[in-house]
Amino acid sequence: MARKTKEINVEKIKASKKVFNPGPGRSRWGNIINFLFLCFIGVIMLFPMIYIVNNAFKPLDELFMFPPNFFVRNPTLDNFTNISVLMSESWVPFSRYVFNTVFVTVVATFFHIILASLAAYVLEKRDFPGSKPIFKIMEISLMFTATATAIPNYIIMSKLGMIDTYWALILPYVGSTMGLYLMKQHLTSTIPNSLLEAARIDGAGELKIFRSIVMPLAKPAWLTMMLFAVQAMWAQQGASQIFTEVKKPLTYALNQIITGGVARAGAGAAVQLIIITPPILLFILTQTQVLDTMASSGMKD
Amino acid sequence: MAKDFTVATHAVTGETRKFREKAPLKKRFKQNWDCYLYLAPYGIIFFIFTILPVLMSMVLSFTYFNILETPKFIGLDNYMNLLANDDIFLKALQNTLLIACITGPAGYIGALMFAWLINELSPVMRAIMVTVLYAPSLSGGAIAVWQVLFSGDAYGWANGVLLDMNLIQEPIQFLTNTDYMIWICIIIQIWMSLGAGFLSNVAGFRSLDRSQYEAGYVDGISNRWQELWFITLPAMRPQMMFSAVMSITSAFTVGWISNSLFGIPSTDYAVHTILNHMEDYGNTRFEMGYACAIATVLFVTMVLLNQLMQKVLRKVGQ
Repeated sequence: MARKTKEINVEKIKASKKVFNPGPGRSRWGNIINFLFLCFIGVIMLFPMIYIVNNAFKPLDELFMFPPNFFVRNPTLDNFTNISVLMSESWVPFSRYVFNTVFVTVVATFFHIILASLAAYVLEKRDFPGSKPIFKIMEISLMFTATATAIPNYIIMSKLGMIDTYWALILPYVGSTMGLYLMKQHLTSTIPNSLLEAARIDGAGELKIFRSIVMPLAKPAWLTMMLFAVQAMWAQQGASQIFTEVKKPLTYALNQIITGGVARAGAGAAVQLIIITPPILLFILTQTQVLDTMASSGMKD
Repeated sequence: MAKDFTVATHAVTGETRKFREKAPLKKRFKQNWDCYLYLAPYGIIFFIFTILPVLMSMVLSFTYFNILETPKFIGLDNYMNLLANDDIFLKALQNTLLIACITGPAGYIGALMFAWLINELSPVMRAIMVTVLYAPSLSGGAIAVWQVLFSGDAYGWANGVLLDMNLIQEPIQFLTNTDYMIWICIIIQIWMSLGAGFLSNVAGFRSLDRSQYEAGYVDGISNRWQELWFITLPAMRPQMMFSAVMSITSAFTVGWISNSLFGIPSTDYAVHTILNHMEDYGNTRFEMGYACAIATVLFVTMVLLNQLMQKVLRKVGQ
C-alpha cells in the first residue's frame, strides 16, 4: 500500500517536471506563473459561458433568487421543454426554422468551399495575366466584411430582386474573401508544383487535378472554411434581408424568445446554450486542421 | 503544341518563372485562358457582393438616393452635412474612435501575447487553452448573456453581487446609464477580440523553426524576452500583418453589440457607433446616399489605418 503511493508520487513528480520543464532560457517559476496567469484569463473568458450553461439548467426559483447564485443547485430540463412548448404555439412550425438555417448553411458552405477553392487554386498555381492584382484586391477586401458592406449590399440585393429570398443570405457568404485567402495561402505551402506537373503530363485535366489531388491534400484548409462558414451562417438572423416569417432562420426565432424578457428568462437561457453549442463543438473537432491552415495564413509583402 | 509549352514552363522552377514573366502577354493569355473560366463563378459573386458595394457606396455618396427614385447628384452635400450639421454623426465618430482605440490595440496585443504564452504549454494544455480563449468569438450569437449579467434589476448578476456585498444601495442601470454603457461595450468587444488573428498567431508560433532558436542561443541570446524580440517576432511578421487586418476590421465594426444590447438608438446615443448611424440612415430612413457617405468614410479609414499598420510592422525586430 505504502509502496503504491510512493510510486504514484514519483509519477506525479515526473509529470510535473514534464509540464513545467524549463527549456533553454526558461526558468521554472516563469513557466508556473505563465500557467497560472493563463488559467486566470481562461476563467474570465469562460465566465459568461459557464453562466449560460448554469442558467440553462436552473429552475425558475433559482433564476430569480436574491442574492443570485452562480452555480445551479437542482438542475432541471424544464427550460428546454419550455422552448418546445413556446415553439409549438408559433404558427410557423419549429421544424421550418430549423430547415431554413440548415438549408442556408449547407448550400452556402458547399458552394463557398467549391467555388472559392477552385478560384484559389488557379490564382495560386497558374500564372495568368491579372492573377496577382486580382489576389491583391481580394487581400485588401478582407477588411470589407459583411457588416461593413451591409447597406450598399442591401441596395444591390433589392435591385437583383433577392430581398426576402434565401439567396440574400447565401450569396454574400459564397463570395466572401476569408476562405479564398486561407485556401490560397495553404496551397502555397502544401502542394508542390512538381506534383501538379506530373499529373498534367499524365494527361489529367485541370478539373480532374482539382478534384483528385488539390482538394484531398487541402483538406485542413476546406475544413477551416467549413468552420468559418458554419459559424457565420449559424449566427445569421437575416433581420434586414428576410421579411417573410416562414423563411426566417432559427437563430432569429430563438432570439425572439430571449426578447421576451424576464418572463422568458429560463427558456432564454436554454436558447442561448443551443445557439453557442454547435460552433464550439465544431471547433473542438476541427482544431488541429484549423491550426494547420492558419499556420500559412500570414501576409507576405 | 500550346499544351506542350505549358507543361515545359510549369515543370521547371525559379529561372523559368522569370522567363515566363517575360513571355508576351498575349501568349500567357492564350495558354491560360481556361483560368478565367475557373475563376469566374467565384469572381463574379465576389465582385457583386464585396467590390461593387464599396465602389457603389463611393459613387452614391455624392447623390440623394432613396432606392425608389433615381439617384440625384448633389455633389459634396452629404459629406458637408456629416461634418457640419450632424451632431449625432460626430458623437458616433467619437464613440467609434474611443472603442477602436482601446479594443483594437488591446485585442491585437492580446492575440499576440496569449498566443505566445500558450505556445509555452504542453500540447494538450495548449489545445484546451486555444479552445477556451477562442470560444467567446465563436459564440458571437450569445451576446444576450451580457444582458442578464448586467441587467438593471436585482436579478442581474453584477447588481445582485454588488447589492449583496452592500457596495451599492440600489441597482445600477448598467445598460441605460450613459456613464457605464460605453465601458460595457468595450469590455464585451475585448472579450470577443481573440478571433481569426489569434488563431493565426497560435499557429504561427507553433510552426516556428526550432533550429533558429538553437542558433540564437549559440549567438548569445539568454532569455525568453530576447528570444521574442530578435527571433520570434520577426519570424511572425506575416501572421502579425494578418492579425492587424482582423483587429482593425473588428474594432471599427462594433455596431452590432450596441444594437442588440442597448437598442437603437441607445440612451443619449452613448454607444452609437458609425455602423449604427449607417444602419439608421440606410435601413430605417432609406436615405441611401447619406448612408453610403458614412460607409465610404468607414472604408477609407480602415484602408488607411491598415496601410499605416503594415508600415509600422515592417520595423519590428530591426
